[in-house]
Amino acid sequence: MAPKGKIEIDEELCKECGLCITVCRTDNIAFSSRLNSSGFHPASFKDNGKCTGCTLCAVMCPDGAIEVFRA
Amino acid sequence: MKKVYSRPKSLKPTKFHYCPGCGHSTVHRLICEVIDELSIADRTIGVCPAGCAVIAYNYFDVDMIEAAHGRGCAVATGIKRVLPDRVIFTYQGDGDLAAIGTAETLHAANRGENFTIIFINNAVYGMTGGQMAPTTLTGQFSTTTPFGRSEKLDGYPIRVSELLAQLPGTVYIERCAVNSPLNINRTKKALKKAFLYQMDNDFGLTMIEILSQCPTNWKMSPPDACRWMEEVMMKEYPLGIIKDVTAIKGAE
Repeated sequence: MAPKGKIEIDEELCKECGLCITVCRTDNIAFSSRLNSSGFHPASFKDNGKCTGCTLCAVMCPDGAIEVFRA
Repeated sequence: MKKVYSRPKSLKPTKFHYCPGCGHSTVHRLICEVIDELSIADRTIGVCPAGCAVIAYNYFDVDMIEAAHGRGCAVATGIKRVLPDRVIFTYQGDGDLAAIGTAETLHAANRGENFTIIFINNAVYGMTGGQMAPTTLTGQFSTTTPFGRSEKLDGYPIRVSELLAQLPGTVYIERCAVNSPLNINRTKKALKKAFLYQMDNDFGLTMIEILSQCPTNWKMSPPDACRWMEEVMMKEYPLGIIKDVTAIKGAE
């Protein structure tokens, strides 16, 4: 089954606060091992096929780094 | 796939200077979302405070003005009286509004000035390094209350919203928070209602107090700060509508 939704994270805006990870119901976000130009490990989308595009992560993100797409 | 959520248009595509997990930038985004939804970006004027949000004018793509420390309400009064058709909001923290600017705020409320105060309450002085604010909770640790705030020495936390609600000049006061998606959505509704009231009337102050997490000065991780706010801070500052004499029923 095709995933219902997906998110795109602007890694340069992310500050590794982890609030998106705490609100994601499908365990679909994790910190990446890369560093961005500010020295943070940005959150990245795991894309495990369960994303519903619920927008909770984007609503919670203090830095407005997340865009949500829904099928 | 269709885009269902992105940064609002009136929020500039700039990286925020706030600490990771800070609630300020969430509130900035909510204000911009409301401005976009009401299509008032060309006639909104914001007043910036001194404090962490001192360079908030870098983020809002609307007209902004910088007030002297605590004098946001006095500046907003002037703007509103000269340009009554504009939508005016002041953005103030607890050091700005509840400490140095108490007189200006109280008297603007008493005059029933028709603008919106957005009051960010994070229970410490954020920018200067986490000193005790008037809103610091009893027993809370800060750099100037290393053994916890004591009533005998430092007094009690001020509930500004309840204080202003006694005045006949205020029409709508609500306390919200930005620690969870539910509370964030409620905050947005409250902001929208306050702006709508201001646009439809020519008298009465509207104020939204927003509890905001300060992970850096609370010495917590951002998720812990959100939980601490829910478990401890909301006992002292209960959420909800404190005063509402408007005729608008629910903005959404």
